[in-house]
Amino acid sequence: MSGSIETLPLSRALNAGLRRALAENDRVLLMGEDIGRLGGVFRVTEGLQAEFGEQRVLDTPLAESGIVGTAIGLAMGGFLPVCEIQFDGFVFPAFDQITSQLAKITNRHEGALSMPVVIRIPYGGHIGAVEHHQESPEVYFTHTPGLRVVSPSTPNDAYWMIQDAITSTDPVIFLEPKSRYWQKGEVDASGRALPLHASRLVRRGTDVTLVGHGAMVATLLQAAALAESEGTSCEVVDLRSLSPVDYGPILDSVRRTGRMVYAQEAPGFSSLGSEIAATVMEKAFYALEAPVLRVSGFDAPFPPAKLEGTYLPDADRILEAVDRTLAY
Amino acid sequence: MTLPQNALPHEVVPGDAPELVRVLAADGSLAPTPAAEPYLGIIDALTDAELEGFYRDMFISRTFDQQATNLQRQGQLALWPPSFGQEAAQVGSARAARTQDHLFPSYREHVVCTIRGVDPVDIIRVMRGLTHGGWDPFDPRNGNTHIYTLVLGSQTLHATGLAMGLVFDGKTGSGDPERDEAVIVYYGDGASSQGDVHEAMVFAASYRTPEVFFLQNNQWAISVPVATQSRAPLYRRGPGYGIPSIPVDGNDVLASYAVTKVALDEARAGGGPRAIEAMTYRMGAHTTSDDPTKYRTSDEEASWARRDPIARMAAYLRGRGASDAFFAGVEAEGSAFAEDARVRTTALGGIPTDLMFDHVYSEQHPLIDAQREWLGEYEASFDEGAS
Repeated sequence: MSGSIETLPLSRALNAGLRRALAENDRVLLMGEDIGRLGGVFRVTEGLQAEFGEQRVLDTPLAESGIVGTAIGLAMGGFLPVCEIQFDGFVFPAFDQITSQLAKITNRHEGALSMPVVIRIPYGGHIGAVEHHQESPEVYFTHTPGLRVVSPSTPNDAYWMIQDAITSTDPVIFLEPKSRYWQKGEVDASGRALPLHASRLVRRGTDVTLVGHGAMVATLLQAAALAESEGTSCEVVDLRSLSPVDYGPILDSVRRTGRMVYAQEAPGFSSLGSEIAATVMEKAFYALEAPVLRVSGFDAPFPPAKLEGTYLPDADRILEAVDRTLAY
Repeated sequence: MTLPQNALPHEVVPGDAPELVRVLAADGSLAPTPAAEPYLGIIDALTDAELEGFYRDMFISRTFDQQATNLQRQGQLALWPPSFGQEAAQVGSARAARTQDHLFPSYREHVVCTIRGVDPVDIIRVMRGLTHGGWDPFDPRNGNTHIYTLVLGSQTLHATGLAMGLVFDGKTGSGDPERDEAVIVYYGDGASSQGDVHEAMVFAASYRTPEVFFLQNNQWAISVPVATQSRAPLYRRGPGYGIPSIPVDGNDVLASYAVTKVALDEARAGGGPRAIEAMTYRMGAHTTSDDPTKYRTSDEEASWARRDPIARMAAYLRGRGASDAFFAGVEAEGSAFAEDARVRTTALGGIPTDLMFDHVYSEQHPLIDAQREWLGEYEASFDEGAS
């Protein structure tokens, strides 16, 4: 697809973005477990091996450290590897290669080489799966200098952000909100909407600013709609880039509303929400009418799936925080 | 549970194993093992100049290594991991590599790096706390030698990935040894227990990479003997991955050279990866912060001193008629090399504080920019106060 507007689910938008990246640059290659013949367990890479061949779309051995470690070597040889980690909880066997190697290699080499490696990770809950398949590990990577971390929330962003991540000469952790894979939206292949590291105001409001990333953006919009019916007007900002954070739209919004709630699926302690809350309080202290509040997954391991509806923040828990911030 | 430490001697050097390739006996006499027979043609073809060159490489490296150790003792370096004792394995393997080959060291391969053209003072800069890297592997002067990796075994995956790319790019396996590229990656007996080494061998075998896994078994992972890493000789792991593996006397520079040359040429010709276990000994400490007297005996050290790789090669060369003048010349060259390194080390300057912000990312990054600016203003505020 090119030059047209098409309605696609997020997973197909990613597929289209990857196809375009493979077609435009023959140094791009995809590597991961089951991504070739099967097209990935979420079918994000479906059809790409048949189209581009086994040396462009690699069914690798089942070893995450091996996938990332060899991607580093391939990048040293001038390739642009895009690794797929099958599920969020399976990224940790590759943690050394990501945080001690990939993130630091450009710095260690004093700029003599760059590391244009993308690591795609389906993340987050709401799919009723077993342990290690529903986690939100973003903060391990945002805490690591040298990595860029992004997460699209819409099919159009998915289509463009994966291409921008591949073009980036720095390593990018690309977090795919797996509960949104099947949600459709318009994809405009004729032109980029926003730079990779820009955050975006997605709903106008006057009373409270709601901020989040990935699948949580949809929940924030749902909460904002419910709040509207109760007479509270919420702005919603989609973070899009988790590292670096584009504070401009967030601070602009908070200076208008005076109140902010950050929502995330990840446990709240030492989380992205913690960092953003602290920064907003530092940069917009005199505009705030109330402390920045956070709504997070509980600080317990992700529970058995029958409890995920309680563990994960939903619109009601976000509205509870909205009420608390308005009560100050 | 107490491990039966003596179930196998910690020296799992299969001295009598039929697979061991050795050409020079410990006394320097030519005494090839049966497994060395296929390699004798390569060794016979070496000229006197090449043989003397091997000795020269080893001798100069040891002189430099001792100088660097002394510099650490004098407070010039934070740390030094000596290569003392491992010169034959490193000279033999590095001299076997062709110009177009890629070398991935661990962090004790000072001999390998120097042979390939890396300035030894660049290694010193790492150990002095001036840089995490030291040199540019893509600068032709450095002979495709990658920088040190301190997390054990991590570099085996980088080497394998680079070698996969050589396959994808058709830069190997054409049958022309002058053009085909290969990769050699160094690691040790301790690192052999790391999962990344296992994964690297899995990927290498799967993609039939043009790659040699060069294991220097120096018998000790800091204080832990190799028997704790493996109850079977490490070279026997290779066949489990489908990787042909050869044990070689790593204190025999001729055997180390010939075995590596054959393995690299087989790999570059499309034969897939190869593994070599070089049996050697870390005659010095793990690093200048280590105290080997706490974990090994002087008897053991003495037994390996009798197998010293440099003395062995010296005896061999003397037997071939090398002159006193040759040895005196090498000694003078070693002293000059070490003195040059010392002088340039003590002349090294400092580094600017905002160096820490350089190359964290290759593209602009707002947090880095803001912190660099803040640090500049903060430091400038002290200057203003002083004036």
